Amino acid sequence: MNDLHRELAPIDATAWEAIDSEAKRALKLVLAGRKLVDFEGPLGWSASAISLGRTKPLQKAPNDGVTAALRQVQPVVELRAPFTLSRTEIDAVPRGVKDVDLKAVTEAAQAIALAEDRAVFNGYAPASVRGICEAAAGAALTITEDYEAYPGVVAKALGEIRSAGVDGPYAIALGPKCYTGLMQTATKGGYPVIQHVRRLIDGPVVWAPAIDGAAVLSLRGGDFQLTVGRDFSIGYAGHAGASVDLYIEESFTFRVIDASAAVPLVYGRPSKR
Amino acid sequence: MAGSSGSFHEDVAHLSLETMDRHRAIVSIMEELEAVDWYDQRVSAASDGELGQILAHNRDEEKEHAAMLLEWLRRKDPGFEAQLRTYLFADTPVLEIEAVDNAAASGSDSEGSLGIGSLKTETGS
Repeated sequence: MNDLHRELAPIDATAWEAIDSEAKRALKLVLAGRKLVDFEGPLGWSASAISLGRTKPLQKAPNDGVTAALRQVQPVVELRAPFTLSRTEIDAVPRGVKDVDLKAVTEAAQAIALAEDRAVFNGYAPASVRGICEAAAGAALTITEDYEAYPGVVAKALGEIRSAGVDGPYAIALGPKCYTGLMQTATKGGYPVIQHVRRLIDGPVVWAPAIDGAAVLSLRGGDFQLTVGRDFSIGYAGHAGASVDLYIEESFTFRVIDASAAVPLVYGRPSKR
Repeated sequence: MAGSSGSFHEDVAHLSLETMDRHRAIVSIMEELEAVDWYDQRVSAASDGELGQILAHNRDEEKEHAAMLLEWLRRKDPGFEAQLRTYLFADTPVLEIEAVDNAAASGSDSEGSLGIGSLKTETGS
């Protein structure tokens, strides 16, 4: 028993299993950052911040002859995606229903997974999170909808990361538009461009729906750190006559330690070729 | 003495390299702990004070060797990792640790977790 209060929900073990299983499936499909960055935790719900290892000098100490410095920390942010399930559907699970409607679980899982990934890639200033693409914006390369030109841009991005002294393996996170464009495009010789990109990258090619363009990054470790307090968990909020209110919750923060380990690829105006 | 590294109970053709390495470590730990026991008895029995001190010194070096091997085994064996984390360096009476650990787990923060964790080992789509 903990503050998720799952035991108070009118949901039997088989239905909980179905709900948890659907949430896991949807989360794993959407989450891209966790396939690419270092993961620390889960540190637990009581974890409130990570230490940044730095101090900020304070102008005034509590007494003369003394200096004061404040330890710098980055707080974790709590995300919660509420959803409501029909009790009729939940009660059908123990009877062995095969087509239980868990769409609300799927949508909540997709929403919170996208939220985490948007913070990881694009940043989330209210929570003091600087994202990968945001931190590496200075090195960004422009892409267009000319996907045949893509391998050249990826090769250039890899060159920039290597030039910065960052070794591999290297991966690429592709936003939906890039992913579809690359999947649908073949070179003049009929070779799929996505395969061309895979040959350049020695790490995974990851579908990342939170990104607008794409990002090439190193997987060597130590450059990007996702710290999780409570990992994605499902809790109980309450129930009325015909429905049960639940939520998916997590607490986390994210840090870019070395921005030179990534090069964002951003859509711009078509380049003259 | 405990059996040597060659004392596999199963046909080595059926053993993985990891299993054989763990066997070597376990046998070595057995040998080190046996040596600790032998030295300990000799220290207790020695009539010469200086000899007793030398034997005690040697005995404690064997403890270092055993600890190094145990740490290697912990890093390679998740089962040992879990048990050692539960039972070592605890203030609770040893026989109460299991009950305390189970109670903590049943009301722990991880209850309700979907256990997503890192997906870094899973390749992308």
